[in-house]
Amino acid sequence: MSLEILTFSFMHRALISGVAIAILCSVIGLFLVLRRYSLFGDAIAHSSFGGIALGLMAGVYPLWTAYGVSLVSALIITKIKEKYDISGDAAIAVLLSSGIAVGLVIVGISGGFTIDIFSFLFGSILLVSVNETILILSLTGIILIVVLLLYRQLLYSTFNEEQAKVSGVPVEKINYLIVFMAGLTVVTSIQLVGVLLISALFVIPNVTAIMYGRGFKSTAILSISFSIFSVVTGILISYIFDITPAGTIVLLSIGLFAGTMGIKSMGLLSKN
Amino acid sequence: MLSVVEIEHLTVQYPDVKALDDVSFTVKKGDFLGIIGPNGAGKSTLFASMLGLHTRYKGTIKFFGKDIRKSKDYLKEIGYVPQKPIFEKNFPATVNDVVRMGLRKESDANKVDEILQQLWIHELSKKRIGELSGGQQQRVFIAKALVNNPKLLILDEPVTGIDQQSIDLFYSILRELNSKQKITIIWSSHDLDAVNQLANHVACLNRTLFFHGESDEFFENDELVKQYSEASMQEHMHHH
Repeated sequence: MSLEILTFSFMHRALISGVAIAILCSVIGLFLVLRRYSLFGDAIAHSSFGGIALGLMAGVYPLWTAYGVSLVSALIITKIKEKYDISGDAAIAVLLSSGIAVGLVIVGISGGFTIDIFSFLFGSILLVSVNETILILSLTGIILIVVLLLYRQLLYSTFNEEQAKVSGVPVEKINYLIVFMAGLTVVTSIQLVGVLLISALFVIPNVTAIMYGRGFKSTAILSISFSIFSVVTGILISYIFDITPAGTIVLLSIGLFAGTMGIKSMGLLSKN
Repeated sequence: MLSVVEIEHLTVQYPDVKALDDVSFTVKKGDFLGIIGPNGAGKSTLFASMLGLHTRYKGTIKFFGKDIRKSKDYLKEIGYVPQKPIFEKNFPATVNDVVRMGLRKESDANKVDEILQQLWIHELSKKRIGELSGGQQQRVFIAKALVNNPKLLILDEPVTGIDQQSIDLFYSILRELNSKQKITIIWSSHDLDAVNQLANHVACLNRTLFFHGESDEFFENDELVKQYSEASMQEHMHHH
Protein backbone atom coordinates (compact mmCIF):
# COMPACT_ATOMS: atom_id res chain seq x y z
CA MET A 1 0.00 0.00 0.00
CA SER A 2 2.56 2.55 1.13
CA LEU A 3 4.78 2.14 -1.93
CA GLU A 4 1.91 1.61 -4.31
CA ILE A 5 0.71 5.20 -3.85
CA LEU A 6 3.92 6.47 -5.42
CA THR A 7 2.90 4.88 -8.72
CA PHE A 8 -0.32 6.89 -9.13
CA SER A 9 0.00 9.74 -11.59
CA PHE A 10 -2.29 12.00 -9.50
CA MET A 11 0.17 11.46 -6.67
CA HIS A 12 3.09 12.43 -8.92
CA ARG A 13 1.29 15.63 -9.86
CA ALA A 14 0.41 16.35 -6.23
CA LEU A 15 3.99 15.83 -5.03
CA ILE A 16 5.59 17.80 -7.86
CA SER A 17 3.16 20.72 -7.45
CA GLY A 18 3.45 20.50 -3.69
CA VAL A 19 7.24 20.71 -3.72
CA ALA A 20 7.16 23.67 -6.15
CA ILE A 21 4.66 25.52 -3.96
CA ALA A 22 6.66 24.69 -0.83
CA ILE A 23 9.79 26.28 -2.33
CA LEU A 24 7.89 29.30 -3.61
CA CYS A 25 6.06 30.01 -0.35
CA SER A 26 9.25 29.68 1.70
CA VAL A 27 11.21 32.09 -0.46
CA ILE A 28 8.51 34.77 -0.82
CA GLY A 29 7.38 34.22 2.76
CA LEU A 30 10.88 34.90 4.11
CA PHE A 31 10.83 38.41 2.65
CA LEU A 32 7.30 39.00 3.94
CA VAL A 33 8.10 37.78 7.46
CA LEU A 34 11.22 39.94 7.64
CA ARG A 35 9.23 42.95 6.46
CA ARG A 36 6.68 42.36 9.26
CA TYR A 37 4.18 41.47 6.61
CA SER A 38 3.41 38.01 7.92
CA LEU A 39 -0.34 38.32 7.48
CA PHE A 40 -0.07 39.70 3.98
CA GLY A 41 -0.48 36.21 2.53
CA ASP A 42 -3.64 35.77 4.58
CA ALA A 43 -5.12 39.04 3.34
CA ILE A 44 -4.42 38.20 -0.28
CA ALA A 45 -5.78 34.69 0.15
CA HIS A 46 -8.98 35.91 1.75
CA SER A 47 -9.49 38.58 -0.87
CA SER A 48 -8.87 36.02 -3.60
CA PHE A 49 -11.76 34.07 -2.08
CA GLY A 50 -13.94 36.88 -3.46
CA GLY A 51 -12.23 36.33 -6.82
CA ILE A 52 -12.88 32.59 -6.69
CA ALA A 53 -16.57 33.13 -5.96
CA LEU A 54 -16.71 35.62 -8.81
CA GLY A 55 -15.15 33.12 -11.20
CA LEU A 56 -17.49 30.31 -10.14
CA MET A 57 -20.49 32.58 -10.61
CA ALA A 58 -19.32 33.82 -14.00
CA GLY A 59 -18.40 30.32 -15.12
CA VAL A 60 -14.73 31.27 -15.57
CA TYR A 61 -11.84 29.13 -14.25
CA PRO A 62 -11.93 30.49 -10.66
CA LEU A 63 -8.17 30.77 -10.21
CA TRP A 64 -7.92 33.25 -13.12
CA THR A 65 -10.34 35.63 -11.42
CA ALA A 66 -8.53 34.94 -8.14
CA TYR A 67 -5.20 35.97 -9.73
CA GLY A 68 -6.80 39.21 -10.92
CA VAL A 69 -8.41 40.03 -7.59
CA SER A 70 -5.31 39.12 -5.57
CA LEU A 71 -3.01 41.35 -7.64
CA VAL A 72 -5.43 44.27 -7.33
CA SER A 73 -5.68 43.66 -3.56
CA ALA A 74 -1.90 43.53 -3.23
CA LEU A 75 -1.63 46.89 -4.95
CA ILE A 76 -4.43 48.34 -2.80
CA ILE A 77 -2.72 47.27 0.46
CA THR A 78 0.55 48.80 -0.67
CA LYS A 79 -1.10 52.03 -1.81
CA ILE A 80 -3.12 52.39 1.39
CA LYS A 81 0.01 51.88 3.44
CA GLU A 82 1.94 54.38 1.34
CA LYS A 83 -0.63 57.16 0.94
CA TYR A 84 -2.64 57.16 4.13
CA ASP A 85 -1.53 57.00 7.67
CA ILE A 86 -2.85 53.46 8.17
CA SER A 87 -0.52 50.81 9.49
CA GLY A 88 0.20 47.71 7.44
CA ASP A 89 -1.69 45.36 9.77
CA ALA A 90 -4.82 47.53 9.74
CA ALA A 91 -4.77 47.73 5.93
CA ILE A 92 -4.40 43.94 5.86
CA ALA A 93 -7.34 43.50 8.24
CA VAL A 94 -9.60 45.69 6.11
CA LEU A 95 -8.80 43.80 2.93
CA LEU A 96 -8.98 40.39 4.58
CA SER A 97 -12.56 40.91 5.70
CA SER A 98 -13.62 42.64 2.47
CA GLY A 99 -12.54 39.65 0.38
CA ILE A 100 -14.46 37.14 2.49
CA ALA A 101 -17.50 39.45 2.64
CA VAL A 102 -17.57 39.87 -1.14
CA GLY A 103 -17.14 36.12 -1.59
CA LEU A 104 -19.96 35.29 0.84
CA VAL A 105 -22.35 37.74 -0.80
CA ILE A 106 -21.59 36.34 -4.25
CA VAL A 107 -22.04 32.78 -2.95
CA GLY A 108 -25.36 33.87 -1.41
CA ILE A 109 -26.59 35.54 -4.60
CA SER A 110 -25.71 32.51 -6.72
CA GLY A 111 -27.36 30.27 -4.17
CA GLY A 112 -24.73 27.65 -3.70
CA PHE A 113 -21.74 25.91 -5.31
CA THR A 114 -20.58 24.95 -1.83
CA ILE A 115 -18.62 21.89 -2.91
CA ASP A 116 -16.37 23.88 -5.23
CA ILE A 117 -15.91 26.56 -2.62
CA PHE A 118 -14.81 23.96 -0.09
CA SER A 119 -11.99 22.72 -2.30
CA PHE A 120 -10.67 26.29 -2.50
CA LEU A 121 -11.08 26.95 1.20
CA PHE A 122 -9.14 23.85 2.23
CA GLY A 123 -7.12 22.96 -0.83
CA SER A 124 -7.32 19.96 -3.15
CA ILE A 125 -3.78 19.04 -4.05
CA LEU A 126 -4.67 15.44 -4.90
CA LEU A 127 -7.03 16.71 -7.60
CA VAL A 128 -4.50 18.96 -9.32
CA SER A 129 -4.59 18.51 -13.13
CA VAL A 130 -1.73 18.26 -15.63
CA ASN A 131 -2.38 21.82 -16.83
CA GLU A 132 -2.48 23.13 -13.30
CA THR A 133 0.79 21.37 -12.53
CA ILE A 134 2.38 23.02 -15.58
CA LEU A 135 1.04 26.41 -14.49
CA ILE A 136 2.38 25.93 -10.94
CA LEU A 137 5.82 24.87 -12.22
CA SER A 138 6.04 27.75 -14.68
CA LEU A 139 5.06 30.39 -12.15
CA THR A 140 7.46 28.92 -9.60
CA GLY A 141 10.25 28.98 -12.17
CA ILE A 142 9.59 32.56 -13.23
CA ILE A 143 9.29 33.92 -9.69
CA LEU A 144 12.43 32.11 -8.50
CA ILE A 145 14.43 33.46 -11.45
CA VAL A 146 13.26 37.00 -10.65
CA VAL A 147 14.23 36.51 -6.99
CA LEU A 148 17.68 35.20 -7.93
CA LEU A 149 18.31 38.05 -10.37
CA LEU A 150 17.23 40.75 -7.92
CA TYR A 151 18.49 38.96 -4.81
CA ARG A 152 20.65 41.81 -3.51
CA GLN A 153 18.02 44.50 -4.05
CA LEU A 154 15.30 42.39 -2.45
CA LEU A 155 17.43 41.56 0.56
CA TYR A 156 18.81 45.08 0.99
CA SER A 157 15.45 46.84 0.81
CA THR A 158 14.07 44.29 3.28
CA PHE A 159 16.98 44.84 5.66
CA ASN A 160 16.86 48.64 5.68
CA GLU A 161 14.89 50.73 3.18
CA GLU A 162 16.67 53.99 3.79
CA GLN A 163 20.15 52.59 3.34
CA ALA A 164 19.05 50.65 0.30
CA LYS A 165 17.75 53.88 -1.23
CA VAL A 166 21.03 55.64 -0.57
CA SER A 167 22.81 52.74 -2.25
CA GLY A 168 20.70 53.32 -5.34
CA VAL A 169 18.24 50.43 -4.91
CA PRO A 170 14.84 51.39 -6.43
CA VAL A 171 13.07 50.58 -3.17
CA GLU A 172 9.52 51.57 -4.22
CA LYS A 173 9.65 49.37 -7.30
CA ILE A 174 11.09 46.50 -5.29
CA ASN A 175 8.27 46.84 -2.74
CA TYR A 176 5.68 46.56 -5.50
CA LEU A 177 7.53 43.63 -7.01
CA ILE A 178 7.45 41.75 -3.70
CA VAL A 179 3.71 42.21 -3.16
CA PHE A 180 3.08 41.35 -6.81
CA MET A 181 5.06 38.11 -6.50
CA ALA A 182 3.33 37.38 -3.18
CA GLY A 183 -0.07 37.81 -4.84
CA LEU A 184 0.83 35.32 -7.58
CA THR A 185 2.29 32.91 -5.03
CA VAL A 186 -0.78 32.96 -2.81
CA VAL A 187 -3.23 32.11 -5.58
CA THR A 188 -0.91 29.44 -6.94
CA SER A 189 -0.73 27.89 -3.47
CA ILE A 190 -4.46 27.86 -2.86
CA GLN A 191 -4.64 24.46 -4.52
CA LEU A 192 -2.26 23.00 -1.96
CA VAL A 193 -3.58 24.20 1.39
CA GLY A 194 -6.55 26.38 0.52
CA VAL A 195 -7.40 29.97 1.36
CA LEU A 196 -7.57 29.45 5.10
CA LEU A 197 -4.13 27.97 5.70
CA ILE A 198 -1.95 29.83 3.19
CA SER A 199 -0.17 32.00 5.69
CA ALA A 200 1.00 28.87 7.50
CA LEU A 201 3.18 28.04 4.46
CA PHE A 202 4.46 31.59 4.25
CA VAL A 203 5.23 32.05 7.91
CA ILE A 204 5.84 28.85 9.89
CA PRO A 205 8.83 27.33 7.98
CA ASN A 206 10.49 30.75 7.96
CA VAL A 207 10.11 31.57 11.64
CA THR A 208 11.35 28.05 12.34
CA ALA A 209 14.41 28.52 10.11
CA ILE A 210 15.20 31.98 11.53
CA MET A 211 15.57 30.42 15.01
CA TYR A 212 18.65 28.51 13.82
CA GLY A 213 20.69 31.72 13.83
CA ARG A 214 22.16 31.33 10.36
CA GLY A 215 22.80 33.79 7.53
CA PHE A 216 20.27 34.62 4.86
CA LYS A 217 20.98 31.89 2.34
CA SER A 218 21.23 29.12 4.95
CA THR A 219 18.01 30.35 6.54
CA ALA A 220 16.26 30.23 3.17
CA ILE A 221 17.59 26.72 2.50
CA LEU A 222 16.49 25.51 5.96
CA SER A 223 13.06 27.01 5.47
CA ILE A 224 12.69 25.40 2.04
CA SER A 225 13.76 22.04 3.49
CA PHE A 226 11.24 22.25 6.35
CA SER A 227 8.55 23.24 3.94
CA ILE A 228 9.26 20.44 1.45
CA PHE A 229 9.40 17.92 4.28
CA SER A 230 6.01 19.03 5.64
CA VAL A 231 4.36 19.08 2.23
CA VAL A 232 5.66 15.73 0.97
CA THR A 233 5.14 13.90 4.27
CA GLY A 234 1.79 15.62 4.72
CA ILE A 235 0.50 14.57 1.31
CA LEU A 236 1.59 10.94 1.81
CA ILE A 237 0.28 10.62 5.38
CA SER A 238 -3.01 12.24 4.55
CA TYR A 239 -3.55 9.86 1.65
CA ILE A 240 -2.63 6.78 3.64
CA PHE A 241 -4.84 7.72 6.60
CA ASP A 242 -7.50 9.42 4.50
CA ILE A 243 -7.33 12.78 6.26
CA THR A 244 -7.15 16.30 4.82
CA PRO A 245 -3.72 17.13 3.30
CA ALA A 246 -3.87 20.84 4.16
CA GLY A 247 -4.35 20.25 7.86
CA THR A 248 -1.71 17.52 7.95
CA ILE A 249 0.87 19.66 6.15
CA VAL A 250 0.33 22.61 8.47
CA LEU A 251 0.40 20.44 11.59
CA LEU A 252 3.70 18.91 10.45
CA SER A 253 5.26 22.31 9.98
CA ILE A 254 3.95 23.39 13.38
CA GLY A 255 5.58 20.22 14.73
CA LEU A 256 8.93 21.29 13.27
CA PHE A 257 8.43 24.74 14.74
CA ALA A 258 7.64 23.35 18.19
CA GLY A 259 10.56 20.92 17.96
CA THR A 260 12.93 23.74 17.07
CA MET A 261 11.66 25.80 19.99
CA GLY A 262 12.25 22.80 22.23
CA ILE A 263 15.81 22.31 20.97
CA LYS A 264 16.46 26.02 21.35
CA SER A 265 15.10 26.24 24.89
CA MET A 266 17.39 23.34 25.89
CA GLY A 267 20.29 25.44 24.64
CA LEU A 268 21.17 22.96 21.92
CA LEU A 269 21.05 25.54 19.12
CA SER A 270 24.48 27.06 19.13
CA LYS A 271 24.66 30.69 18.20
CA ASN A 272 26.71 29.90 15.18
CA MET B 1 41.09 71.88 -6.20
CA LEU B 2 38.07 69.83 -7.27
CA SER B 3 34.85 70.39 -5.32
CA VAL B 4 33.22 67.22 -4.09
CA VAL B 5 30.15 68.91 -2.64
CA GLU B 6 28.78 72.37 -3.28
CA ILE B 7 25.73 73.44 -1.33
CA GLU B 8 24.16 76.75 -2.29
CA HIS B 9 21.40 78.50 -0.35
CA LEU B 10 19.90 75.27 0.96
CA THR B 11 16.62 75.94 2.76
CA VAL B 12 14.27 73.30 4.09
CA GLN B 13 10.90 74.39 5.41
CA TYR B 14 8.86 71.85 7.36
CA PRO B 15 5.20 72.69 8.12
CA ASP B 16 6.01 73.87 11.63
CA VAL B 17 9.66 74.80 11.49
CA LYS B 18 12.43 75.94 9.18
CA ALA B 19 14.94 73.12 9.53
CA LEU B 20 17.66 74.70 7.39
CA ASP B 21 17.94 78.37 6.48
CA ASP B 22 20.10 79.47 3.58
CA VAL B 23 22.99 77.08 4.18
CA SER B 24 25.92 77.28 1.76
CA PHE B 25 29.27 75.54 1.93
CA THR B 26 31.75 73.65 -0.19
CA VAL B 27 33.69 70.47 0.51
CA LYS B 28 36.86 69.93 -1.49
CA LYS B 29 38.59 66.70 -2.37
CA GLY B 30 40.50 65.32 0.61
CA ASP B 31 38.65 67.43 3.17
CA PHE B 32 37.69 65.93 6.50
CA LEU B 33 34.74 68.06 7.53
CA GLY B 34 33.32 67.83 11.03
CA ILE B 35 29.79 69.19 11.33
CA ILE B 36 28.83 70.18 14.84
CA GLY B 37 25.63 71.55 16.29
CA PRO B 38 23.03 70.76 18.94
CA ASN B 39 20.10 68.39 18.54
CA GLY B 40 17.52 69.69 16.11
CA ALA B 41 20.19 71.82 14.41
CA GLY B 42 19.24 70.33 11.05
CA LYS B 43 22.15 67.91 10.63
CA SER B 44 19.93 64.97 9.78
CA THR B 45 17.87 67.10 7.39
CA LEU B 46 21.08 68.25 5.73
CA PHE B 47 22.27 64.68 5.26
CA ALA B 48 18.86 63.46 4.09
CA SER B 49 18.82 66.22 1.46
CA MET B 50 22.36 65.43 0.35
CA LEU B 51 21.54 61.73 0.05
CA GLY B 52 18.42 62.27 -2.00
CA LEU B 53 16.11 61.02 0.78
CA HIS B 54 14.57 64.47 1.22
CA THR B 55 13.82 66.27 -2.04
CA ARG B 56 11.60 69.17 -1.00
CA TYR B 57 14.31 71.74 -0.48
CA LYS B 58 15.13 75.12 -1.99
CA GLY B 59 18.60 75.87 -3.23
CA THR B 60 21.11 73.67 -5.00
CA ILE B 61 23.12 70.64 -3.96
CA LYS B 62 25.88 69.61 -6.31
CA PHE B 63 28.09 66.53 -6.05
CA PHE B 64 31.17 66.37 -8.26
CA GLY B 65 29.88 69.46 -10.08
CA LYS B 66 26.45 68.03 -10.95
CA ASP B 67 23.05 68.97 -9.54
CA ILE B 68 21.71 65.96 -7.63
CA ARG B 69 18.17 66.69 -8.81
CA LYS B 70 19.26 65.76 -12.32
CA SER B 71 20.86 62.40 -11.69
CA LYS B 72 21.25 59.93 -8.86
CA ASP B 73 24.51 58.61 -10.27
CA TYR B 74 26.48 60.48 -7.61
CA LEU B 75 25.23 58.00 -5.02
CA LYS B 76 27.60 55.42 -6.52
CA GLU B 77 30.53 57.47 -5.31
CA ILE B 78 29.22 57.84 -1.76
CA GLY B 79 29.42 55.61 1.27
CA TYR B 80 26.91 56.44 4.00
CA VAL B 81 27.03 55.33 7.62
CA PRO B 82 23.76 56.11 9.42
CA GLN B 83 23.54 57.19 13.04
CA LYS B 84 21.96 54.03 14.33
CA PRO B 85 21.16 51.51 11.67
CA ILE B 86 17.70 50.11 12.24
CA PHE B 87 17.11 46.45 11.52
CA GLU B 88 15.27 43.53 13.07
CA LYS B 89 17.37 42.10 15.88
CA ASN B 90 17.01 38.52 14.65
CA PHE B 91 17.34 39.38 10.96
CA PRO B 92 19.01 36.34 9.39
CA ALA B 93 21.92 38.22 7.87
CA THR B 94 25.55 37.59 8.73
CA VAL B 95 28.23 40.28 8.75
CA ASN B 96 29.26 38.98 5.36
CA ASP B 97 25.66 39.24 4.06
CA VAL B 98 25.33 42.83 5.27
CA VAL B 99 28.59 44.00 3.71
CA ARG B 100 27.74 42.28 0.44
CA MET B 101 24.40 44.10 0.31
CA GLY B 102 26.41 47.25 -0.30
CA LEU B 103 28.14 45.74 -3.33
CA ARG B 104 27.04 47.22 -6.62
CA LYS B 105 28.84 44.62 -8.67
CA GLU B 106 28.98 40.99 -7.65
CA SER B 107 32.35 40.83 -9.38
CA ASP B 108 33.85 42.91 -6.57
CA ALA B 109 33.11 40.15 -4.05
CA ASN B 110 36.81 39.66 -3.21
CA LYS B 111 36.80 43.23 -1.94
CA VAL B 112 34.52 42.16 0.93
CA ASP B 113 37.17 40.02 2.65
CA GLU B 114 39.77 42.71 2.22
CA ILE B 115 37.59 45.35 3.89
CA LEU B 116 36.50 43.05 6.69
CA GLN B 117 40.17 42.48 7.49
CA GLN B 118 40.98 46.14 7.29
CA LEU B 119 38.24 46.95 9.82
CA TRP B 120 39.11 44.08 12.20
CA ILE B 121 35.81 42.27 11.77
CA HIS B 122 37.01 39.42 9.60
CA GLU B 123 36.58 36.88 12.38
CA LEU B 124 32.98 37.96 12.84
CA SER B 125 32.03 37.49 9.20
CA LYS B 126 29.80 34.47 9.84
CA LYS B 127 28.09 35.92 12.89
CA ARG B 128 24.63 37.37 12.65
CA ILE B 129 24.62 41.15 12.66
CA GLY B 130 22.19 41.26 15.62
CA GLU B 131 24.64 39.33 17.86
CA LEU B 132 27.36 41.98 17.59
CA SER B 133 28.10 44.82 19.99
CA GLY B 134 27.29 48.39 18.97
CA GLY B 135 30.91 49.11 18.10
CA GLN B 136 31.24 45.97 15.99
CA GLN B 137 27.99 46.73 14.17
CA GLN B 138 29.24 50.18 13.43
CA ARG B 139 32.38 48.79 11.82
CA VAL B 140 30.23 46.46 9.74
CA PHE B 141 28.26 49.44 8.44
CA ILE B 142 31.47 51.30 7.67
CA ALA B 143 32.67 48.23 5.79
CA LYS B 144 29.42 48.20 3.84
CA ALA B 145 29.85 51.88 3.04
CA LEU B 146 33.43 51.31 1.85
CA VAL B 147 32.91 48.25 -0.26
CA ASN B 148 32.32 50.17 -3.50
CA ASN B 149 35.47 52.32 -3.12
CA PRO B 150 33.56 55.55 -2.48
CA LYS B 151 35.17 58.93 -3.05
CA LEU B 152 33.16 60.42 -0.23
CA LEU B 153 32.12 59.00 3.11
CA ILE B 154 29.18 60.56 4.99
CA LEU B 155 28.81 59.60 8.65
CA ASP B 156 25.89 60.73 10.82
CA GLU B 157 26.98 61.01 14.49
CA PRO B 158 28.08 57.42 14.42
CA VAL B 159 29.37 56.97 17.98
CA THR B 160 26.15 57.24 19.98
CA GLY B 161 25.96 54.42 22.52
CA ILE B 162 29.32 52.84 21.72
CA ASP B 163 32.13 52.00 24.16
CA GLN B 164 35.28 54.11 24.30
CA GLN B 165 37.60 51.45 22.93
CA SER B 166 35.44 51.02 19.84
CA ILE B 167 35.21 54.78 19.44
CA ASP B 168 39.03 55.08 19.51
CA LEU B 169 39.36 52.32 16.94
CA PHE B 170 36.71 53.96 14.81
CA TYR B 171 38.53 57.31 14.90
CA SER B 172 41.81 55.73 13.89
CA ILE B 173 40.05 54.04 10.98
CA LEU B 174 38.58 57.37 9.86
CA ARG B 175 41.96 59.05 10.07
CA GLU B 176 43.55 56.37 7.96
CA LEU B 177 40.78 56.46 5.35
CA ASN B 178 41.22 60.19 4.97
CA SER B 179 45.00 60.46 5.09
CA LYS B 180 46.11 57.25 3.36
CA GLN B 181 43.21 56.41 1.06
CA LYS B 182 42.38 60.08 0.35
CA ILE B 183 38.67 59.57 0.94
CA THR B 184 36.81 62.82 1.53
CA ILE B 185 34.81 62.62 4.77
CA ILE B 186 31.79 64.52 6.04
CA TRP B 187 31.08 63.62 9.60
CA SER B 188 28.58 65.02 12.09
CA SER B 189 29.67 64.70 15.69
CA HIS B 190 29.02 65.79 19.25
CA ASP B 191 32.58 65.28 20.30
CA LEU B 192 34.50 68.55 19.93
CA ASP B 193 37.79 67.00 21.07
CA ALA B 194 37.52 64.33 18.41
CA VAL B 195 36.63 66.92 15.78
CA ASN B 196 39.69 68.89 16.88
CA GLN B 197 41.93 65.84 16.47
CA LEU B 198 40.51 64.46 13.25
CA ALA B 199 38.83 67.06 11.08
CA ASN B 200 40.67 69.62 9.01
CA HIS B 201 37.49 71.62 8.42
CA VAL B 202 34.63 72.49 10.73
CA ALA B 203 31.06 73.60 10.08
CA CYS B 204 28.85 74.84 12.91
CA LEU B 205 25.22 74.29 12.09
CA ASN B 206 22.18 75.44 13.97
CA ARG B 207 19.46 75.79 11.34
CA THR B 208 21.82 78.16 9.61
CA LEU B 209 25.57 77.95 9.21
CA PHE B 210 27.39 79.93 11.90
CA PHE B 211 30.88 79.00 10.90
CA HIS B 212 32.61 77.12 8.14
CA GLY B 213 36.35 77.02 7.73
CA GLU B 214 39.62 75.38 8.68
CA SER B 215 39.46 73.60 11.99
CA ASP B 216 42.45 75.56 13.38
CA GLU B 217 40.55 78.74 12.76
CA PHE B 218 37.56 77.37 14.65
CA PHE B 219 39.52 76.09 17.62
CA GLU B 220 41.36 79.40 17.96
CA ASN B 221 38.02 81.18 18.33
CA ASP B 222 37.33 80.72 22.04
CA GLU B 223 33.86 82.23 21.86
CA LEU B 224 32.68 79.77 19.23
CA VAL B 225 34.30 76.79 20.93
CA LYS B 226 32.68 77.69 24.23
CA GLN B 227 29.28 78.12 22.64
CA TYR B 228 29.44 74.83 20.79
CA SER B 229 30.92 72.81 23.61
CA GLU B 230 28.02 73.99 25.77
CA ALA B 231 25.59 73.07 23.06
CA SER B 232 27.19 69.69 22.75
CA MET B 233 27.18 69.18 26.54
CA GLN B 234 23.47 69.93 26.70
CA GLU B 235 22.91 67.50 23.93
CA HIS B 236 24.77 64.79 25.80
CA MET B 237 22.56 65.40 28.80
CA HIS B 238 19.53 64.98 26.58
CA HIS B 239 20.92 61.70 25.41
CA HIS B 240 21.44 60.25 28.85
